[in-house]
Amino acid sequence: MKELVVLSGKGGTGKTSVVGAIADLAATERRLVLADADVDAANLEIIVSPEVIETHQFVGGNVAQIDPDLCTGCGLCAETCRFEAILEDGGLYSVDQVGCEGCAACFYVCPAGAIQMEERVSGEWYRSESPLGPLFHARLSPGQENSGKLVIQVKMSARAAAGRAKADLLLVDGPPGIGCPAIAATGGANLALLVAEPSVSGVHDLERILATTRHFGVPAAVCVNKADINPTRTAEIERMCRSEEVPLLAQIPFDRAVVETLVRREPVTRRPDSPAAMAIKGLWRELRQWLE
Amino acid sequence: MIVTVASGKGGTGKTLVATGLAAVLAREEGADVHLVDCDVEEPNAHLFLEPRFDHSEEVTIPVPRVDLDLCDFCGRCAKVCAFHALAVLPDRVMIFPEMCHGCGSCTLQCPQGAISEEPKTLGRIEWGRAGGLSFAQGVLEVGQALATPLIRRLKARVIPDDPGATVILDAPPGNACSAVETVKGSHFALLVTEPTPFGLHDLKLAVELARDALGLPVGVVINRDGLGDAGVEDYCAAVGVPVLARLPYDRRIAEAYSDGRLWVEALPEYQGLVLDIARSIRERVGVKP
Repeated sequence: MKELVVLSGKGGTGKTSVVGAIADLAATERRLVLADADVDAANLEIIVSPEVIETHQFVGGNVAQIDPDLCTGCGLCAETCRFEAILEDGGLYSVDQVGCEGCAACFYVCPAGAIQMEERVSGEWYRSESPLGPLFHARLSPGQENSGKLVIQVKMSARAAAGRAKADLLLVDGPPGIGCPAIAATGGANLALLVAEPSVSGVHDLERILATTRHFGVPAAVCVNKADINPTRTAEIERMCRSEEVPLLAQIPFDRAVVETLVRREPVTRRPDSPAAMAIKGLWRELRQWLE
Repeated sequence: MIVTVASGKGGTGKTLVATGLAAVLAREEGADVHLVDCDVEEPNAHLFLEPRFDHSEEVTIPVPRVDLDLCDFCGRCAKVCAFHALAVLPDRVMIFPEMCHGCGSCTLQCPQGAISEEPKTLGRIEWGRAGGLSFAQGVLEVGQALATPLIRRLKARVIPDDPGATVILDAPPGNACSAVETVKGSHFALLVTEPTPFGLHDLKLAVELARDALGLPVGVVINRDGLGDAGVEDYCAAVGVPVLARLPYDRRIAEAYSDGRLWVEALPEYQGLVLDIARSIRERVGVKP
């Protein structure tokens, strides 16, 4: 079983559209498992029409609670907290539920035993069935911490299912950025497909995500989306791929068919003759070689 | 007045709107404008504004270091660590700095006083001027996971006390902790979206976060208006979220943006639309220009 993670650094370059289209092509000939690792804005479900089979609560960590009856107002918790999450109002102490990282430093120092650590349910994760194969996805409640931990939960569940089903390919739709959730999505993948956009920001962000995948020892390949919007920048990405010795697998043209199929909640491959679908078929042929 | 430009989904045009607003207000209106790029994982606003930085500061968190001459391998540090950043074996202590949040609990709880702290670099913050405006950004180091401490420090350093200043925060995508760290303390959240099912799905989450969880006034900018469908418009009307502007799908904007040109200068016909967004926000926040 191979694990392919699709990343981009910059948001909105077309990761999910590319994943949906690759999944649509791959599902006709392989056993496929899908995972949406962009847990704070999960979109893959929109184009693969899943039916949720199991829903699980996600406990991301703990949060401190101060019992006002036991609190003596000594203020040691506020002195100890490095996240400015202990609020004081006229000698009364409480916890800023958003700021609290759940480290429990206050719990251990409170001399009155007035602080308890409580589990924080910060989202849900799902096992679904879709026409393209099983989908593992999640929903982090807005504003919650620990999206990296939820990404790991989604990936581990998807890997276990892929193992049980003797799947050929685990396809992971990654989050934007290069921080905690992107690192969590990258770990253990066989290949990272980086979807780049031909713009100054696209090039800048591609450099950073490429450095990140390298840092964690995951081989990378690149495809350029909306490549004809700016041929000069596309050429710059080509040069960068050559000098970094990273394969450039495809150039996908800007194509209204992508949005038109998205509005119908379908991958662009459902318009097989559209320029974008043709380019993604070429991309899939390249990826298939890598899978063998 | 502090305005955060946010969006659930990435690539909807946050930086486009933030740089456009900042440039038009500073250059056309002569306002005291501070643009702060809080998307520390992938900061891009500098590419359009070419700032000159005259200050730069490393941002670190304290991570533990164990003095093995004092340590008796009791395991208390590993027990109190909520982030599994330490493991104690019979004859050594393993430290995983990439897991550490720098809370200090292990240091405080070690009965032998064997733990001290050393700084670990997360990234840097830098600030200076870009044309007529103040500009600042944070840059997360490649391989580092924790974006929020960088954003926290950046905001504390560069947001001026003067309530007359206009502060524009360019937020990271998503709805998790780094987006919250950026938007909290703002007077208004300007949510940029695109008229597609992806844009709508993520806009709902952003409204849930900014308006419902944090209680901020919000307004929407629909970017690439004309592509896609009416789902975003229908949703905004149904839940009473005002649409402050519709930025048409115009390939010239995409081309200027892709070349790193400031779109409101390349296409000055859009300056009026941007000023209308600013006016509309001021009205809603109750700030006189």
